[in-house]
Amino acid sequence: MSFIDSFKQNFIEADRWKYLTSGLANTMIITFFAVILGMVLGFIVAIVRCTYLKTGKMKIGNALCRIYLTVIRGTPVVVQLLIIYFVVFASVNISKTVVAVIAFGINSGAYVAEIVRGGIMSIDNGQMEAGRSLGLNYSRTMGLIIMPQALRTVLPALANECIVLLKETSVAGYIALNDLTKGGDQIRSQTFSPFLPLIAVAVIYLVIVMFLSFLVNKLERRLSANDRR
Amino acid sequence: MIDVKGLKKSFGEIEVLKGIDEHISKGEKVVIIGPSGSGKSTFLRCLNLMEKPTAGEILFDGQDITKLKEKDIDGVRQRMGMVFQHFNLFPHLTIKKNITLAPVTLGLMSKEEANEKAEELLKRVGLPDKANEYPAMLSGGQKQRIAIARALAMNPEVMLFDEPTSALDPEMVGEVLELMKQLADDGMTMVVVTHEMGFAKEVASRVMFMAEGYVMEQNTPEEFFANPKSPRLKEFLSRVLV
Repeated sequence: MSFIDSFKQNFIEADRWKYLTSGLANTMIITFFAVILGMVLGFIVAIVRCTYLKTGKMKIGNALCRIYLTVIRGTPVVVQLLIIYFVVFASVNISKTVVAVIAFGINSGAYVAEIVRGGIMSIDNGQMEAGRSLGLNYSRTMGLIIMPQALRTVLPALANECIVLLKETSVAGYIALNDLTKGGDQIRSQTFSPFLPLIAVAVIYLVIVMFLSFLVNKLERRLSANDRR
Repeated sequence: MIDVKGLKKSFGEIEVLKGIDEHISKGEKVVIIGPSGSGKSTFLRCLNLMEKPTAGEILFDGQDITKLKEKDIDGVRQRMGMVFQHFNLFPHLTIKKNITLAPVTLGLMSKEEANEKAEELLKRVGLPDKANEYPAMLSGGQKQRIAIARALAMNPEVMLFDEPTSALDPEMVGEVLELMKQLADDGMTMVVVTHEMGFAKEVASRVMFMAEGYVMEQNTPEEFFANPKSPRLKEFLSRVLV
């Protein structure tokens, strides 16, 4: 079978390209909301951990965060996804996309937390002291002086975490969710020709990741240019 | 103005301050000298509770600030300026923002008032043209002068200086000391930890010698340098005044 015939069979006939487009849409939706959830969770956890490390307060919060980090970073994301779908939400009628957002968001949050914590701890303690010596309280010093500086240093790492998350959502098919990977696989199971659909999926991921990496690079260059001022 | 009673501070097992009783009156310029590890910086940092004392009282205008809640401590710190060895300017903010951040955030001044105050302070520290630059563009001496301006923007009643010239290149020490001298002449109450003996002689109303966690000796600068009494101080002076 020629390439053109194979292309037609895999993508044109029976509108099979729609598996890819709707899959891609799902992948993007899941990634987008999981990134938001992950950032929110990650920042909260990082701030709790840093507050404990710097002031000794929030002991219980810190303990909870450590359990969260250990469990999430110590188990595969697929297992977490399956547990959340088949155990946590077993008896609840809930959209698979929402389940995926929750699972990937919780997973990403743990990695974001450690990135942000590293950023906050990298800021010289003198900054906190200077803020406090002027009479600013802990949270204002954190918000106005520490966080803006920490954020700048971790921004590229956070952007990379988004890219990683995009690729990790490819296991969403485990809960029969039609994401991009699953879409390609469905075409394969119908046409029995694995090459084109799977390569197409890979190329789509690659193009998106290359585009995002390009943006991250630009961002990094802009930040380091600002540092020289 | 500040009364220190039985002040002790330990870091873990190590007792750095072993019981200090001191009184600092309004308008005094107290210069604290002593070998490193003597507890002089720790003593200074206890005065605005950057370090929490292990025991003892610190009375600021009659109020024991060691018993205060966190929120009220912030209020006390607003009345005490502090200048650090490593300046600790906020690198992500312009010079003007460095100066206006605290008074504006705390609602003590409107933005316009704070900006005016900042311009006035920048003139006073001799850097009126730096308002819109970032700290990274300044020399060490300029940074420290801005740090002083930043502390002054809060209209403090006392200024605490923690080795303000120790991190500076020698040729920049003068400009910072000169500014501190002006501040002293304007009547500011000052507590200064320093190794600058010349500054102590010229500006101090009282020089304090700390060693091993105690205030070993103190006197007017004339007496202090001319007639040191304790052998520990004699030895120290012989080493620093070569």
